[in-house]
Amino acid sequence: MGQVVFEHVNKVFPGGTVAIDDLSLEVPDGQFMILVGPSGCGKTTALRCVAGLEKPTSGTIRVGDRVVNDVTPRDRDIAMVFQNYALYPHMTVYKNLAFGLRQRKTEKGEIDRRVRSVSTMLGLDDLLRRRPAQLSGGQRQRVAMGRALVREPSAFLLDEPLSNLDAKLRVRMRAELKRLHTRLGITTVYVTHDQIEAMTLGDRIAVMSNGKLQQLGPPQELYDEPTNLFVAGFIGSPPMNLIRGRAEGGRITASDLTFERAGVPDGDVAVGIRPETVVQQSDGLPSFEFLVDVVEPLGDEIVVHGSTAGTPVETGAEEEELPTMLEGSRAPITARFDPGVRFHPGDRPRLGVPAERLHLFDLRTGAAIR
Amino acid sequence: MSDATIEEVAGEALLEPLPDEGDPGRGRTLFSAWHLILLPLAFVMIIPLLWMVVTSFETLNETRQFPPVLVPGSLRWQNYRDVLEQAPFARWFLNTLFVTVLVVIGNLIFCSLAGYAFARLKFFGRDVIFLLVLATLMIPFQVIMIPTFLIVRQLGLIDTLGALIVPNLAGAFGIFLLRQFFRTLPIELEEAARIDGASRLGILFKIVLPLSGPALATLAVITFMWTWNDFLWPLVTLYSEKNFTLQLGLTTFTGAHQSNTHLLMAANVMSMLPLLLLFFVAQRWFIRGIATTGLKG
Repeated sequence: MGQVVFEHVNKVFPGGTVAIDDLSLEVPDGQFMILVGPSGCGKTTALRCVAGLEKPTSGTIRVGDRVVNDVTPRDRDIAMVFQNYALYPHMTVYKNLAFGLRQRKTEKGEIDRRVRSVSTMLGLDDLLRRRPAQLSGGQRQRVAMGRALVREPSAFLLDEPLSNLDAKLRVRMRAELKRLHTRLGITTVYVTHDQIEAMTLGDRIAVMSNGKLQQLGPPQELYDEPTNLFVAGFIGSPPMNLIRGRAEGGRITASDLTFERAGVPDGDVAVGIRPETVVQQSDGLPSFEFLVDVVEPLGDEIVVHGSTAGTPVETGAEEEELPTMLEGSRAPITARFDPGVRFHPGDRPRLGVPAERLHLFDLRTGAAIR
Repeated sequence: MSDATIEEVAGEALLEPLPDEGDPGRGRTLFSAWHLILLPLAFVMIIPLLWMVVTSFETLNETRQFPPVLVPGSLRWQNYRDVLEQAPFARWFLNTLFVTVLVVIGNLIFCSLAGYAFARLKFFGRDVIFLLVLATLMIPFQVIMIPTFLIVRQLGLIDTLGALIVPNLAGAFGIFLLRQFFRTLPIELEEAARIDGASRLGILFKIVLPLSGPALATLAVITFMWTWNDFLWPLVTLYSEKNFTLQLGLTTFTGAHQSNTHLLMAANVMSMLPLLLLFFVAQRWFIRGIATTGLKG
């Protein structure tokens, strides 16, 4: 069947860049697997290794029950959708869809039948005679999907297929991808740097950084129990707030926030606060003083950016290094509230967080402390 | 999760068609201020051509007057008839056409293959070999003329049309031009084709070449022009009048003591017609191929 398996896969490019570092990962038949991570983390290289466009330096890749390391892309029984769609510009939509089948010497009537069934499925019937240049972005994306579907592959590889679409269309296509997968149940490996796409689409998510697999699990698990600082900083938008702290005898202190947790070894820690776990009351809860800086009313919620006394923690998942505008030793904090909350820049409310919803990481190794 | 296969879902519309934004067409201006500059310039450019045509209808006496006669006394079609009668003009024309067409086809095929190899295949010494190929562009023809002559003689092709064809079937210019163009094509197209099951040659012929129209047309037009107008090499290798090309044949109208300028111009006009025709048909490709380095859309 259509499982995709990485076994201790390494990929080192000429010049010594390590793109993939000992990746082991199993995508069971029918699963929607997301490879997510910042650019340069090796996710696309991993996908290209499955497609046969790159050859792993060592390790084994299986598609179905076969080891495919030495199998040509043509014979791997996979189909790929490229970020820029890679539609053949000189062919009509019909010919684009039919190309793969024609290369495989599929019988003419069969080609026609499959092209038409896929085009109906994807709402492309009226566009079959157009060329890619005459299609809108969303239509091109559909054709790219169709070209992959028509081959009835045992696995689907998608490389950031939505990143060339505008925001509105992207949300719509995301839902459509999900619907297609639910209906067809084809094993899918989907590469993205967008953690929202990852959360909404994936059955399971593999978070990668610097060629290494950081964490593998269902979306909610990654969100609720990130195994290290990188995943904590990467999954979630706005991301988890992280403040430097210290654990001593089960008592953790980070700026003016203190709480107790049994079994935490003494040492430097990072305390993680999800923006939505913050509440306005401080009675009986671990709490900290919050200086309001910017208020963003979004309608359904209010996002408040500000800071608290303390030292911020770098996770390596930051999109880019922004020079901090905070003076002195202050850590940025983002909090989400229901609408109706009134905050103004300059306010200094005390905010509480239920102790059991605070995350703890070993500052030295980055690993989560449970 | 459903286990439906594509087969079972066949015919069922899973997704709504997207709103159709139509075919983005483009407007075109019939006249702009630029034409006021371009038209006089075009006229200046075309004067030599017009003069040639005018002269081809004059008598020998009229061609010798100064200031030149710009409107001949009568249209002497006789000049054209004389050319066709006094020289095996049709034969030369066919010779030239034969050579040119074969050389163009040869260049398109061999330069495509070599250009693609240099653009996309990875093999030992590729870049060094490519540099060597490029270096041959810098060697003047006069330098390699004699070695080439010796080789062609070894092949037994002297005084045959083969002498014009065989050494010119591929050229560094064409390889360079196509290699540069192929490199601008998105590599994803070729990767998609590989996954779709196409072989290397399949990719070249079904994906790369169909997208290289401008470059191929440019190469074809330039090669056509070079070969059609080539004079030195035919002069060196061809002796029998029946094997002459047009450019060689034209010289027979110029004697040591007297030139039949009116006949020469008539022959010139006839020998130029195919080039003019080609240019009108292919100018879009010709200009685009030279002006663009990339491909969009």
